[in-house]
Amino acid sequence: MSALAAVRHLLWKDLVLEWRTREILTAMTIFAMLVAVVFNFAFSPSPADALRLLPGMLWVTLAFASTLGLSRSFVLERDHQCLEALRLFPVEPGLIYAGKLLSNLLYLLVVEALLLPALAAIAGVALLPTLGRLLGVLLLGSVGLVAVGTLLSAMSVHTRIREVLLPVLLFPLATPVLINGVRATLGVLAGRPWGDVLPGVRLLIAFDVIFVVVGYLVFEYVVEE
Amino acid sequence: MPALALREITKSFGPVRALRGVSLTVRRGEALAVFGPNGAGKTTLLKIAATLMRPTTGQVLLFGADPCDQAPHLRRLIGLVSHHSYLYPGLTGYENLLFTAQMYGLPDAAARARSMLAAVGLTERSGDPVRTYSRGMTQRLSIARALVHDPPLLLLDEPYTGLDRQASVALTDLLLAMRGSRTIVLTTHSIEQGVALSDRVAILVDGVVAYEAENGARDVETVERVYARCVGVPA
Repeated sequence: MSALAAVRHLLWKDLVLEWRTREILTAMTIFAMLVAVVFNFAFSPSPADALRLLPGMLWVTLAFASTLGLSRSFVLERDHQCLEALRLFPVEPGLIYAGKLLSNLLYLLVVEALLLPALAAIAGVALLPTLGRLLGVLLLGSVGLVAVGTLLSAMSVHTRIREVLLPVLLFPLATPVLINGVRATLGVLAGRPWGDVLPGVRLLIAFDVIFVVVGYLVFEYVVEE
Repeated sequence: MPALALREITKSFGPVRALRGVSLTVRRGEALAVFGPNGAGKTTLLKIAATLMRPTTGQVLLFGADPCDQAPHLRRLIGLVSHHSYLYPGLTGYENLLFTAQMYGLPDAAARARSMLAAVGLTERSGDPVRTYSRGMTQRLSIARALVHDPPLLLLDEPYTGLDRQASVALTDLLLAMRGSRTIVLTTHSIEQGVALSDRVAILVDGVVAYEAENGARDVETVERVYARCVGVPA
């Protein structure tokens, strides 16, 4: 069986389970929307401030919303020791990581698709002129966030304090993603030249590559008893 | 070449030594029953045999090959029934088997899933989520899951746990039908069931094989007496 087919089957399984329960997406979406509303009341940004505040509001919300999804990500596997069952399949363990990474990424992208227009409406920022570049930055940042988050979720799933442990481990490691995500988003929204945005984008790409490769390679040892 | 060879296996979890130099060989087509009290190391032994756990020291050979070198390939040869179901409660019985068959890369995964559901008598409930199954049905599906890729080595970790008498009899019949056609390693607390299902028995106490014998005579009483002596309780 090809690696692609294995990842596709793993992704199908996660999506079917999520479609039936909607546990992860519901929690992430409600949380993200609530934070957007609270930000609106807390800052009531003027048009001049809105552009400056929106990237921070966006990435902080995404970071916290992602922990809700990531902390549930391996719970389904843990409840009936299905993670053990996955490890019995004749596939490279890294492919299990890849399947989980993709499902977590999809959940985060769905939340972003709802959150971004909501935040833009609250802040009164026009997204259309920069939408393509903005989506590119969001995708790169999201990959980085879930790449490290999926690995840490697998590490923390057997601990009793996983809900606490995951953000405590995730946020320090994901700080480069958040900082460069905010910088690149600000640059894109402000219509700065591509050359100004590129250093942040490059760092996001580097972070993505490093953590996806590390996650793929070490997943076997992370889930081993 | 034996189906499974364990040589001087030790396994430590921090200061706890779960296995202390276990050596066992299981020939192809043979059924071995491993008895032992709770904490004897039976589950650890099976997890090591199933490549889910690496031994601290010692060597495991599956059909003559070292799992450290070619674990993904060797996993195709193993079916494991744990006391956990390994099933997703949110998926139907059919979807669970289909997913498993697909992950083993079976050419006609859907047909194989359906035939295994029929083999364990769950065709009528195949479209229901596993969370609605009884314990006995879940266990039957769990066995179908372990056999979906037709593995030559079947590892069963206390498969009778939580089953009522009727389900236990059905499971025994299923396992008896498989005897000889595949290698079976079974751990159980029930000496009667273990002796009935096996060609050979071993008793594991405190991570050590305290007794190992051919089981030609099917003498439950003898094994019970030896077991009581090994674990230090009155027979």
